[in-house]
Amino acid sequence: MTEASNYTASELLAVMSARLLLDGQIVFAGVGIPLLAATLAQRVHAPSLTILFEGGVIGPFIVPGELPPSTNEQRCTRKANMVLPITDVMLLLQRGYIDIGFMGGAQIDRYGNLNSSFIGDPEQPKIRLPGTGGGNDISSLTNMIVAMKHEKRRFVPKVDFITSPGFLDGGTSRSDAGLVSGGMFRVVTDLAIMGFDEQSKEMKVVSLHEGVSNEQVQDNTGFDLAFDDTVQTTQPPEPEELAVVRELDPESLYTA
Amino acid sequence: MSNSAKVKPYLELRAETQARERGLKEKVMSLEEAATLINDGDHVAIGGCTMSRTPMAMIWSLIRAGKKDLIASRSIMSSEGDLLFASGISKHVITSWFSQGIVWGVSKVMRHHVEGGHAKFDEWSHMSMGLRYRAGAMGVPFLPSRSMMGSDVGDRRREETRQMSCPFTGEPLTLLPALNPDVAIIHVQRADAYGNAQIDGLQFMDPDIAMAANKVILTTERIIDNAQIRRVPDRTRIPFFTVDAVVEVPFGCAPHECYGAYEPFFDHMGQYAKQVSLDPVAGAADYLRHYYEEPATWEAYLERVGITEILDASRRGRSVYDD
Repeated sequence: MTEASNYTASELLAVMSARLLLDGQIVFAGVGIPLLAATLAQRVHAPSLTILFEGGVIGPFIVPGELPPSTNEQRCTRKANMVLPITDVMLLLQRGYIDIGFMGGAQIDRYGNLNSSFIGDPEQPKIRLPGTGGGNDISSLTNMIVAMKHEKRRFVPKVDFITSPGFLDGGTSRSDAGLVSGGMFRVVTDLAIMGFDEQSKEMKVVSLHEGVSNEQVQDNTGFDLAFDDTVQTTQPPEPEELAVVRELDPESLYTA
Repeated sequence: MSNSAKVKPYLELRAETQARERGLKEKVMSLEEAATLINDGDHVAIGGCTMSRTPMAMIWSLIRAGKKDLIASRSIMSSEGDLLFASGISKHVITSWFSQGIVWGVSKVMRHHVEGGHAKFDEWSHMSMGLRYRAGAMGVPFLPSRSMMGSDVGDRRREETRQMSCPFTGEPLTLLPALNPDVAIIHVQRADAYGNAQIDGLQFMDPDIAMAANKVILTTERIIDNAQIRRVPDRTRIPFFTVDAVVEVPFGCAPHECYGAYEPFFDHMGQYAKQVSLDPVAGAADYLRHYYEEPATWEAYLERVGITEILDASRRGRSVYDD
């Protein structure tokens, strides 16, 4: 992020991801940036967007300043339409009701596979991370948006462990493995927005944030990035969008 | 010793169930008595999820009783998983996610035990945990799923699942083996003396866990009369005949939350995270000594947690009914 900008990288992620969500969609959201973005979208342009939480919640609204610490506490149920058991809310993904799964990522590779389990050899890990939660199910069963910081150590040629499947080894390997639906849709970072090539399923840049160059994105990526023929430039966050994010997270728990 | 990946033959599972006491009888006991129902080596399923309706008082009692070699499963493990490892009562956890909570980062205690090879964190996807318990609750040996394929959490590395082609459509499916825990420990807002349990708010996987297990220990914020249960039977989530013990434990999830009664004790959790981050071994040992070994009763434990935190968590907890 440029020093002149008046927002943090996390705020930029929340705003840019929110813009990808459409009115009327059902969005399976994690806490943190995904929840902020989905709530921002509801407030600004998608009033009939519905949030689902893995803890078993359909259609909650978040009370500003009372962000839930996970998707499984009572804060997640405020003004919800329904609460149901975890297994049943997850099965809605399998049934096909969900448009977008939305989560953060620790490590991603060129085919959009996510690792939130191990850094280093999984048999002798350097770091044991918290694991999949619902990530494996969400990314197996619906279209995904991932929001994460753009750093070389996070954008690696091949993840150490596939926790949440993207397009596996590219091409048709995802459906060949039995994952016949869903897949990675967009990766939103503080530098750019990436999509995936229709045939090869390799990650490619579809738009850059204001003031960001191709070189800057490539320098922060651990593999050769493709660039779309018509790379767009995103509009910087509007004051109105930033105001909503800051109202929701006044203590910057997720947006510092 | 139970092997968590081993699916029990149906007649064996059914015979165990048939042999259980299923009459409408009172089964109220103390935490200490309830702990004797759990054997070393048992697979213990823990109710609730992350920091919600964690049966902390029962875990407190199991740690104090010095249980050994428990296999602990849960939808998502939070700080209670740290304490299972740090106390040594379990060296094998089956869950989908294991850390105190996102805002506190990765658990240093979990990392210490798993990275050092002292304990096993067996990771399954969240829906798969749920379907495994549900298969156990349904009395079937597996359930098919369209998740856990292609990934390392799934069949790239895992040997316990199977893939099959659907006999009707030919589509690929993952088969997830049933979990039938030896014991389920579950905390609820209210239950009667027979074990009819009513749950407010999020149920998580608890009804399935109760049905799947071969024994259920309920802890409850309060014991109510059976007549009150019968007034609103639609609120009952766990039927009495699955339950073997009922223990009344106010604030039985502290410092985690119990829906509508108290939210997580955030200051306590923050302090705990700080302490174990500085030193996952000594920090956790100090915590266990101060809160688990020295207080002789659950009331004495709550005294150490402190009235200020209890009141603050209760005020926030009840606020869910303000809307």
